[in-house]
Amino acid sequence: MEASEVMVSLLILLPLGGSVVLLFAGRRLPEPLAGMLGTATVGTGFALAAVAGWGFLTGSGETLRVPWFEWLGPLGVSAGLLWDPLSALMALVVTGVGALIHLYSIGYMKGDPRFGRFFAYMNLFVASMLLLVLADGFALLFVGWELVGLCSYLLISFWFEKPVAAAAGKKAFVVNRVGDAGFLAALMLVFAAFGSLDYGQVLGRASAELSGGMATAITLLLLLGAAGKSAQFPLYVWLPDAMEGPTPVSALIHAATMVTAGVFMVARTGALFDLAPAAAAVVAAVGIGTALYAATIAVAQHDIKRVLAYSTISQLGYMFAAVGAGAYVAGMYHLTTHAFFKALLFLGAGAVIHALSGEQDLRRMGGLWRRLPVTTATMVVAWLAISGIPPLSGFWSKDEILATLYARGGAWLAVWAVGLATALITAFYMSRMIYLAFFGRPRWEEGAHPHEAPGVMAVPLGILAVLALAAGAVNTPWRPGLEHFLEPSFEGLDLAHLPSGGTQWVLAAVSTAVALAGILLAAAAYLRARCPAEEGPAWDLVRRGYRVDEGYARVFAAGGEAAARFTSVTVDEKGVDGLVNGVGVLVRAVGERLRPLQTGFVRQYGLGIVVGVVALLAWFLSRGGW
Amino acid sequence: MIVTPGWYLALAAVIFVIGASGMLLRRNALVMFMSVELMLNAANLSFVAAGRALGVLDGQAAVFFVMVVAAAEVVVGLAIIVAVFRRRATASVDELSGLKG
Repeated sequence: MEASEVMVSLLILLPLGGSVVLLFAGRRLPEPLAGMLGTATVGTGFALAAVAGWGFLTGSGETLRVPWFEWLGPLGVSAGLLWDPLSALMALVVTGVGALIHLYSIGYMKGDPRFGRFFAYMNLFVASMLLLVLADGFALLFVGWELVGLCSYLLISFWFEKPVAAAAGKKAFVVNRVGDAGFLAALMLVFAAFGSLDYGQVLGRASAELSGGMATAITLLLLLGAAGKSAQFPLYVWLPDAMEGPTPVSALIHAATMVTAGVFMVARTGALFDLAPAAAAVVAAVGIGTALYAATIAVAQHDIKRVLAYSTISQLGYMFAAVGAGAYVAGMYHLTTHAFFKALLFLGAGAVIHALSGEQDLRRMGGLWRRLPVTTATMVVAWLAISGIPPLSGFWSKDEILATLYARGGAWLAVWAVGLATALITAFYMSRMIYLAFFGRPRWEEGAHPHEAPGVMAVPLGILAVLALAAGAVNTPWRPGLEHFLEPSFEGLDLAHLPSGGTQWVLAAVSTAVALAGILLAAAAYLRARCPAEEGPAWDLVRRGYRVDEGYARVFAAGGEAAARFTSVTVDEKGVDGLVNGVGVLVRAVGERLRPLQTGFVRQYGLGIVVGVVALLAWFLSRGGW
Repeated sequence: MIVTPGWYLALAAVIFVIGASGMLLRRNALVMFMSVELMLNAANLSFVAAGRALGVLDGQAAVFFVMVVAAAEVVVGLAIIVAVFRRRATASVDELSGLKG
């Protein structure tokens, strides 16, 4: 094996090994050591990814295939890794942001009785995500896909003593299964169409061999899987509940791992979506619809983490709109910048919650900037980034998505308009959250002593703030670095392009104005001494997410329960048990009738014999002898 | 008058019917026992008569078997009847209906 092949393999094996060690020895390791081990494996992974990916940046890198082993021989499926710019970018984001979150967790999880186990799960999470992004075929991708789901379950319900947390983990798992079922069906169709699950085979032969109908079927099923993992409508319901997990877990799920999987997968299989324009349009429609829908819900949330959860769903919607429109680079770009500022937002929110000893309700915060200057400063950076204020990273990536949508014209203009409206709402709800938490009059309880986070938590915040501030530079209209970087991965695809220079300036000005408008509107409503009551039926409806959850509970959960009751009571107890019991009853009844024949009188038996013999003889004689 | 095999067979039939009737109509276990012997020997008589008429020894051979079986049956049967009589002071089979269903 060459050095680069070893490096790419180590990328996965390091966190995997770390998780195994921590799982078995985590309880014996002293607390910070377990955390440091977990951080070190992911951090080393980042260094490896950077070294291995350096070639792509300088233009000398070549797509690398690392064959591992023959896996499902009879099906011709082998396991191996694919190292190209797209997987390199994902690996860098996953390990980079992941390492910072691990570092932060050393401070956040201090004193937790299952400290070592937490890092074991986190390492496994990172390893699974790396497997997902580095896989060289659908089969291994699916393994990573499922492992990520498992890890999210383990981590969301990490504090399983809380019934809500246990239920949230279960919900995440079950909702993900719905998407996974679609994904698996898509894989079966792919195998049926190509006889292979290897990316090179499938994506290379797709344009020549795949019929339009089949492509549409495959891509729509893939979309179902992506919607489950990436929390898009209608399978988004697990993500807000996932807030029950420890805050670093939310950061990891929302920024680096898990939810980006769907976007990545659509980008990776772009060759298939190219053949199914209708399915691609559905992707974009689902994305932009989810973006607007989740943004409106975020406006009404009281829980600081739930605001961020709906914000993630909304931002992922942007990415879906981008990849659906063929703007794969813009989608991946937003994925990257979003990873930075959303991780920052979650870690900052974690610092706030930490400072207020577990308080998550925005109504009992306020005025925190005096007590938490570092957290506030970094959160302000993230806020401006997600709102889309230039020159922060979020502006560049979001604007590239909107501009590309605009440039496609036609019906895509509607998508663009919805995206712009969402940008307004995004700026509004993020400002609301920041104002309520950090500014205004303190509303926290008497006796609370908010304190700044320890250094081990502040350092990741600082690094992420710098990234959220400056990451936009990797891909500007003047220097489209990321586009060149990713070019080899999207070779031959029908890519959407940016509009011409003048239009770009106008669009940028419009979206900046919209973002500012959102911030100012929120300032008018929330930047005052008393925070608005936000009560009434309309607020209540939005706060509960338009009662979609309750609807699901009524239709699917209650429906499932009714079906289970039908099979258990009607089919099993009445049907199967009835049949078995019926046979017994029948035999007993017949026996009861036959009992009187046995009278105990020997002479009657004898008479029976005689009658029988006479009858036999008569029969023989009637047949004319024997 | 020549006594043809038919006579023997007719006599055997009569004896058999007497035995069967006794079996069915009497209650005393000992009498029923004797009825069984009558039927067995009726069968023996027909065996011998048929064997003689056909000029083969098979009939007589069969009779030996029947006699052995009958002797064994008498041994076991009488022992049971005596045991029951000691216990219940009766030999009426109608009163021995303990195995009634």
